[in-house]
Amino acid sequence: MTGAKVWKRTMNKIPNNKAWWLVLPMFLLVAFSAIIPLMTVVNYSLQDIFDQNTAYFVGVEWYQEVLRDTRLHDSLLRQFGFSLSVLLIEIPLGIAVALMMPTRGWQASAVLILLALPLLIPWNVVGTIWQVFARGDIGLFGWTLNNLGVDYNYTSNSLDAWLTVLLMDVWHWTSLVALLCYSGLRAIPDAYYQAAKIDRASPWAVFRYIQLPRLKNVLVIGVLLRFMDSFMIYTEPFVLTGGGPGTSTTFLSQTLTQMAIGQFDIGPAAAFSLVYFLIVLLVSWVFFTTITHMEKSDNGNKHDK
Amino acid sequence: MATNMISKRNLGMFMYLIFVLLPIYWLLNMSFKTNDEILGQLTLWPTDFTLNNYITIFTDASWYMGYVNSMTYVAMNLVITLLVSLPAAYAFSRYKFVGDKHLFFWLLSNRMAPPAVFLLPFFQLYSSVGLFDTHLAVALAHCLFTVPLAVWILEGFMSGVPKEIDETAYIDGYSFGHFFIKIFIPMISSGIGVTAFFTFMFSWVELLLARTLTSVDAKPISAIMTRTVGATGIDWGVLAAAGVLTIIPGILVVWFVRNHVAKGFALGRV
Repeated sequence: MTGAKVWKRTMNKIPNNKAWWLVLPMFLLVAFSAIIPLMTVVNYSLQDIFDQNTAYFVGVEWYQEVLRDTRLHDSLLRQFGFSLSVLLIEIPLGIAVALMMPTRGWQASAVLILLALPLLIPWNVVGTIWQVFARGDIGLFGWTLNNLGVDYNYTSNSLDAWLTVLLMDVWHWTSLVALLCYSGLRAIPDAYYQAAKIDRASPWAVFRYIQLPRLKNVLVIGVLLRFMDSFMIYTEPFVLTGGGPGTSTTFLSQTLTQMAIGQFDIGPAAAFSLVYFLIVLLVSWVFFTTITHMEKSDNGNKHDK
Repeated sequence: MATNMISKRNLGMFMYLIFVLLPIYWLLNMSFKTNDEILGQLTLWPTDFTLNNYITIFTDASWYMGYVNSMTYVAMNLVITLLVSLPAAYAFSRYKFVGDKHLFFWLLSNRMAPPAVFLLPFFQLYSSVGLFDTHLAVALAHCLFTVPLAVWILEGFMSGVPKEIDETAYIDGYSFGHFFIKIFIPMISSGIGVTAFFTFMFSWVELLLARTLTSVDAKPISAIMTRTVGATGIDWGVLAAAGVLTIIPGILVVWFVRNHVAKGFALGRV
C-alpha cells in the first residue's frame, strides 16, 4: 500500500528548481549547526592538539589507533548489547501495550496522556527519578526488592546496575513505541475486523494477518528512533550510575566524553566519534533499505492496492 | 469469553500504567516530605506534609530563573523551527528539485550524530559568534534535531492535502504567500500542532547542549538541579520538587494536543 502511495506521490511532484528558495533558510540554519561542528571534529581527528596554538597534522594515525583500542571495542560491544536488548524488549512490549490501549472515550485520552508522560521528562530528571526510586534505603523499588530477600544494589553490583539502566530505558521509551503502534492501529478500517469476524479468525490470526502488516510503517520509524537514541544514550546512565560500578554501564558516548574532556585526548576521541557516526548511519541505512526492498518485492507479488 | 478477554486486557493496561506512574509518584511523594522523613524511614505517603521544598524554589531567583530560561529557549526554538520548516516541508511535498533526496537524507542524518564529542566544537562555534550564554544559542543549537523532525512530520501532513487545492488557488489569482498563509496553513493546523508538540518535547528534554552553551544568564533548570548536591549531602526534597516542576509543562502541552496525538505519533504518514 505505502510503496504504491509513495510512488504515486513522487509521480505527482512537479520538477522545479526554484523550490530551493523555500528550502534555503532551513538549509542555512541547519548547516550552521551541523556542518561547521562536523568539520571541526574532522579537523581534530587529523591533528595532535597540545593547546590552542600547538597542533600537528598526524593524518590517519588516530584512526589506526582507535581501531586497535580495546577499551573502545569493549564499550562498543556493550553498546551493541544494550541497544539490542532495548529493541528486543521495547518493540514487543510496545506492540502489546498498544493492543491493550482503550480505543475510545475519556479512557483513551487519559491513557494517551499518562503514557506520554515519561517522554516529556528531561533526561537527567529521568536519571534522578530512577536513582532515587531504585535505592535500597529511600527508594520504593530497591527497598521492596531488598525486603523480598533479593540482594539488589545498583551501586555495587554490575549486573544490577546494567539491569536498572535497561529497566529505566524501558520505562522511558516503551511509550514511544506504544504510541506509534497505537496510531498505526487506529488507521485500520473497521471493515478489516468485520471480515475477520465473518471468517471466525482467531485473535492471533487477526493480529498476524491484519494488525501486524499495517503496523510495519510505524514500526520502522520506531525501530530506527529507538536504535539511534539508545545507541547514543548518555545522560540517563550518567546520572543514574555514573557509568559504574567499574565499566559495566559505561556506554560509548560516555567513554568518548571521558577521552575528550577528561583526558583531553581530543584527536582519538574525534576520530572515534566519526567512526561512531558512520556506524549509526550505516546500520540505519541498511535497515531502512532492507525494509523498503522487502516492501517493493511484496508489492510486486500482490500488485493490488 | 469475550468479557474475559477484555478484563485481561484492562488488567494488563492497568499493570503497565502502574509501572509508568510509580516512579513519578515516588518523586511527587518525596517532594512533599522533609529531608528528615525522606532519610528517616520509608513512608508510602508524606506523613509530615510540607510545601517548603516548593517554597524554596519559588522564592529563590537562581532556581526559578532556570525555568524561565528553559521556557524561553524552548519557545524561541519552536518559533524558529516552524518558520523555516513550513516552507521547506512544502517544497519537499510538492516539488522535485536538484538534490532533494540527498538533502532529506542529510537532514535526518543530523539526528544520528553522537552529541558527546560535538559539544566542544559547538562551544567554540557559539563563543566565536558571540552567542555563548544566550537563549538564542541554545535555541539555534536545538534546531539541529528539531528542524529535521519538523520537516519530516510536516511533509507527511502536507502530502495528505490534495495538490488540486494549490492549483485552484493559483488559478483564482492567489499569490504564493497569500495562499500559503490564508489557505494552506489552516488546512494543516493539526499537523502544526503535532509538530509543535514534538519540537517542544525534544527541546525541553535535552540537557547536554543546553548546559554546554550556557553558564549563568541562560542556564536551564535541568542544569541548575545538579546544585542540590552540596557539602551536607543531597537536598533530596528540593531535588524532587524541582523534578516534579519539570514534568508539568510537558503535561500541559500533551493536554493541548491530546486529540491529534494518535495521528501525530505516526508522523502523519499512516
